[in-house]
Amino acid sequence: MKTLLASSLLALMAATPALANKAFVSNERGNTITVVDTETWEVLTEFDGGNRPRGITMSPDGTKLYVCASDDNIVRVFDTETYEELESLPSGPDPELFVLDPEGQYLYIANEDDNLVTVTDTGTRTIKAEVPVGVEPEGMAISPDAKWVVNTSETTNMAHFISTEDYQIKHNVLVDQRPRYAQYTDDGTRLFVSSEIGGTVSVMDIAEDGTPSMVGKIAFEVPGVLPEWLQPVGIKITQDGSRIFVALGPANRVAVIDGESLEVIDYILVGQRVWQLAFTPGQDFLLTTNGNSNDITVIDVAAEKAIKSVPVGQQPWGVVVTPN
Amino acid sequence: MRRIFAPLSAALMCMGLAGQASALDVRAAVLRIDSPRLLPISRYDLTPDDLGFAGAMLADDDNGTTGSFLGHTYETAQVSASPEDADAALDGLLADGVRLIVVMAEGPDLLRLTDRAAQEGALVLNATAPEAELRSGECRASLLHIAPSNLMLADAVAQFAVWKKWDEWFLVSGSNPADQALADAYRRAARKFGVEITEEREFEDTGGSRRTDSGHVLVQRQLPAFTQGAKRHDVLVAADDTDYFARYLPYHLATPRPVMGSAGLRPVTFHAAHEAWGTTQFQTRFEDLTGRYARPEDYNVWLALRVIGEAVTRANTNDPQEIRDYALSGAFELAAFKGQKVTFRDWNGQLRQPILLYDGMITVSVSPQEGFLHQTSPLDTLGLDRPETDCTAFN
Repeated sequence: MKTLLASSLLALMAATPALANKAFVSNERGNTITVVDTETWEVLTEFDGGNRPRGITMSPDGTKLYVCASDDNIVRVFDTETYEELESLPSGPDPELFVLDPEGQYLYIANEDDNLVTVTDTGTRTIKAEVPVGVEPEGMAISPDAKWVVNTSETTNMAHFISTEDYQIKHNVLVDQRPRYAQYTDDGTRLFVSSEIGGTVSVMDIAEDGTPSMVGKIAFEVPGVLPEWLQPVGIKITQDGSRIFVALGPANRVAVIDGESLEVIDYILVGQRVWQLAFTPGQDFLLTTNGNSNDITVIDVAAEKAIKSVPVGQQPWGVVVTPN
Repeated sequence: MRRIFAPLSAALMCMGLAGQASALDVRAAVLRIDSPRLLPISRYDLTPDDLGFAGAMLADDDNGTTGSFLGHTYETAQVSASPEDADAALDGLLADGVRLIVVMAEGPDLLRLTDRAAQEGALVLNATAPEAELRSGECRASLLHIAPSNLMLADAVAQFAVWKKWDEWFLVSGSNPADQALADAYRRAARKFGVEITEEREFEDTGGSRRTDSGHVLVQRQLPAFTQGAKRHDVLVAADDTDYFARYLPYHLATPRPVMGSAGLRPVTFHAAHEAWGTTQFQTRFEDLTGRYARPEDYNVWLALRVIGEAVTRANTNDPQEIRDYALSGAFELAAFKGQKVTFRDWNGQLRQPILLYDGMITVSVSPQEGFLHQTSPLDTLGLDRPETDCTAFN
């Protein structure tokens, strides 16, 4: 225990960047955003996030915070320094998750109630397109070259591949029940889709022209945990693709998967109902939102160990960290 | 560590890529047999004209949206009939070529219709009949049960009571056969989970109208007298399938105790205020489409047609036998807004599912309760388990 603590401290010190970054956590029930210093892991402040804040992301320069205020049917925009609300963006009804293109211009938003993906221009604050997708769109991913947006539909159980050129769906891939989240590798050659009720993560190879092909499915098992509670949700992948981290919801664990063999190599015990994940810049730490224990867990990525938990607001849902 | 990354075989990969599915038209029907019933005690329980059919409309929308990516279309006919006209209505559907039929009927009608439909190779999905016997000695190979049995509902209540340590019950049952069947389910649940029924009484159905002006005056005098002198109990469990007295029990007991079962905390498949596990989206879709709140019967019909849709999507077939076989296979699983996948018991065709415990306004709890374990699935702690059923049609 002592050595663990010491090594964690060392890791903390070694990882300390010159400038502290800030993690923003959306608290679904508390209707707030908690701001955490990623150097000291102290809560800096908590501010009003609108009604039922869930999906949360940031402009590439780290100045603007975008929050899906699901019950307000808008995306709220906040200044990441002053925490003032700057403006709101039209999102279509009940926005839950979204993804921002690498340039920061277009937000691709899943509208659960309307079977649509809404494309919102963050500059002109107008809706650029609406793409009909499957029933209950949820997960959103964008390819690194920004040519493809992937949406997962929870009741249709598909990953829809939308071309950002003409906003048409070009490919549909069936996955297991209730797909929640999609994530490309940084080199864009693979896509991972988590199925919460199916209990699996689907793995697809992505050809150069963006065409997906199913490689296989990753399943989970933890001794002493009912298989029903192994519900994969959030996914993050290290830059080099060597490790894939999957939040397992009510199993209260994050699975660590080898990027090469796609085998699960470890399960990291975190807080209760772990939902979404975010790396700190440089990927020294991985943060997890734990909806039923009202905290975030800090995972040391190199050591693959949980080193700290930080209490935040009520029912934390999503998390994003300012870039360096 | 067991190898848990499963690379796909070539055949499976083709199925995984949705673009390669072939065009299919899926024609189904909801056949609702409207038996004459007295009006309910509460106006909130008045039956909407489109009961069940509304669920079919939403299912066609949902299945159709998914089908649009695969070249599959869904069309579900809605037919209601009196018990006397039920057979003719079924024959009409069969003559029309429909072989996937969701039936909303009482047990005896359901069995007769299932046997007739089986002669034409049709698959029947039971959306409402709760009798245990339909899942045991009277099971049919071509009949899948979406509706939970009385036994599942009673077990859901009993598990919650045990979790609360309310292990002494006062059981009050109605006098009609359906009420007695439900009371049997509660007696069985009590034995199964170690609950003691310390007192049992029957509240006789003397007939007559359910509704009278200022009837509460009489109720307020009668029920305390009816319930007084009962042996010590933690909770009153009501078995009133006919819906003629249980609704009056809360607040009128001689000893102040919670009521569960047919009033108070009720076991249901669904209610319109349920929001967990993304259900809000089901509710808003349903309300936008139909202009009213969803009933359990609507959900059951929706779920029956989603079972068909899921089998069509995954197995790429509209053949009733192949849909049945896929639904009963280990490959079948379906998300149904219950927090875990629902699957079928392949020994009697019953859908495994969590049961909501509903107080009339919100979800109070969901059974199976924590700590009730089973070697196959915690869901099999609800209702007839494999060794308990007399069903042989699935062997």
